[in-house]
Amino acid sequence: MASERSAAAVIPPISHPRRSSVGSWPLIDRTGFVLCWLTGIGLCLIAGGIVLYMLLKGVAYLRLSEFVQSPSPSLHQTQSGGFSDPILGTLLVTAIGIAIAAPVGVALAAWLSEYSRPAWLARAVESGLEMIAGVPSVVLAIFGLLVFSEGFLGFLSTKAFNGTVTGQSFVTAGVVMSVLALPLIVASTREALAQLPDRLREASYALGKTRATTTRRVLLPAIRPSIASGVVLGMGRIIGDTAIITLILGATLKNESADGTPLLGALRGTGSTLTSYVFNNSPAGEGNSHEKAYAAAFVLLMIVLALNALVTRLTNGRRARSADRGWRARTRALVAWTR
Amino acid sequence: MPPPVRRITLEREPYVAPPRAAGATAQAPANGRLRAVRAPSTQVRQRMAIEGVWLAYGENWVVRDVSLPVRQGEVLALIGASGSGKTTLLRSLNRLTEVTAGAARSGRVSLDGEEIHELEVNALRRRVSMVFQQPNPFPMSIYDNVAYALVESPRHGGRRRRRTPELELAVADALRRAGLYDEVASDLERSALRLSGGQQQRLCIARALAAEPEVLLLDEPCSALDPISTATIEKLIVELRETVAIVIVTHNLQQAFRVADHVAFMHLGELVEYGSSEQVFDRPSQQRTRDYVSGAFG
Ligand SMILES: Nc1ncnc2c1ncn2[C@@H]1O[C@H](COP(=O)(O)OP(=O)(O)O)[C@@H](O)[C@H]1O
Ligand SMILES: [Mg+2]
Repeated sequence: MASERSAAAVIPPISHPRRSSVGSWPLIDRTGFVLCWLTGIGLCLIAGGIVLYMLLKGVAYLRLSEFVQSPSPSLHQTQSGGFSDPILGTLLVTAIGIAIAAPVGVALAAWLSEYSRPAWLARAVESGLEMIAGVPSVVLAIFGLLVFSEGFLGFLSTKAFNGTVTGQSFVTAGVVMSVLALPLIVASTREALAQLPDRLREASYALGKTRATTTRRVLLPAIRPSIASGVVLGMGRIIGDTAIITLILGATLKNESADGTPLLGALRGTGSTLTSYVFNNSPAGEGNSHEKAYAAAFVLLMIVLALNALVTRLTNGRRARSADRGWRARTRALVAWTR
Repeated sequence: MPPPVRRITLEREPYVAPPRAAGATAQAPANGRLRAVRAPSTQVRQRMAIEGVWLAYGENWVVRDVSLPVRQGEVLALIGASGSGKTTLLRSLNRLTEVTAGAARSGRVSLDGEEIHELEVNALRRRVSMVFQQPNPFPMSIYDNVAYALVESPRHGGRRRRRTPELELAVADALRRAGLYDEVASDLERSALRLSGGQQQRLCIARALAAEPEVLLLDEPCSALDPISTATIEKLIVELRETVAIVIVTHNLQQAFRVADHVAFMHLGELVEYGSSEQVFDRPSQQRTRDYVSGAFG
């Protein structure tokens, strides 16, 4: 039937609209057009170059043993150990920073978006956040050092041999890092709250729920993916920072406990992260283990790329996610994601 | 405030159509009039009184001097063209207009004799619940949508736990009253957003009923629904009127005729006519009502 008809009917050639050609544009637009192309291509080349170069170096120098060995002071690369301490340090600082920034950031965003009373305070908080977002992290770091070397905050950090409070520790570094991550978490939470339709709020008010209950039980759960992506962005910011680590964590070779006790001592002790490890071992630093620096930088890059992929997934996959139930779908998603 | 307009007396005598010259008969009443034969409500009791209410957004008075009774045991329908202030009037009954900046009210609205402005607002809204034009379930499971109305409410001791035997019973009961239980009982943990529009709206009704309100406000609850879901909801409304005072805004005249015991016709913010549904549809006293119910405008 369909074939009979198609045999009889002659399909006319598909006609395409004529595209406006760049050649007819004024010279200045044509130049701009070409420049856009060139910069676009250049950007791709740079991004590709970073990944490729770090991949080559990383694969060449990365040894699995480096993940479990502590660094050791040596002028020979073969004896300088691995970077297990910096990896642990990165995890610890990130965990502390996020543990503080996530609840505070979400609460601030909820207050700004749902209450913002009194208005002057809301405006002040907004400008404060903007300012923090724009401050170079080294300024935050030196300010943090100033605050935490106050005597009454000495219980948070390591003491020098002569008893003065250094202000340096995982706890204090984590606290300052949380300030770095805060604006990102607030921004993404606020934006998501602003996009929620008012009828969601009204539905809850109409049941006799207060603003606070509505925010806590309806609005925030509804924007969980956005909060998560803000948190992941904040993690990326913390993981990538060097200045705060150098100034407040000490960027020591190994993680050093403040008083020998296992957990609390470690939290109050100094240490390093991948960024400071790369910096110190790079040709620009004082170490002499360039290969280790490349390997660590590769690990750092992989962590950050993985976080970026996670953000993309969290923000784009909101619709798809509800369908992603069950192990089968999850495995499929994981396979698709690693490819 | 603008000059007060004509006040409409309540509880008027049944309207008796004056003898008319042949040919000038009023248009036929609401077309396709099939009203389920239903038992008259056993007990009719006044719950809310709207007395000389004016409502404004900023400088713009959109409801002018409206007086109406809201009674338990019967359904009150608000009809009228778009923009005549029906939604605004409805929202003022549980003070939801206060959410809108610049909204103001004058006149008196009382619930069981108490001015609603004197009541604690969230307590009022638990007693006077509302269902909106667009189904607006929360993005959570079906169970949680209904349980949300119950947990943390003072009536249930302010408890936070979302899984208690009493709570589960109350949720199932609310779903049953809204005529949704049989369709969703197999999986109450399913996301409410994956229900059909009609099911979502019945879920919203279940949610509104869960906290056992005394007055239920429905703002064009069927405007986004198919005829079958509409019929289900209409049946539900008629059943509910025994225990809950119901005010329904509707665009659909047949629907108003099918479900309502009393009808109020609003036009441009004014209450033009109020009376029993038979009277308003069959023997409207005002020319504007006659035009509207015969489909001349709106
Ligand atoms: N939030 C608002 N702000 C300002 N004006 C509004 C608002 N909501 C409704 N109005 C105005 O109030 C009038 C009545 O609206 P509404 O109560 O929604 O009428 P209806 O429900 O009968 O269609 C309309 O003129 C509308 O433009
Ligand atoms: Mg309306």
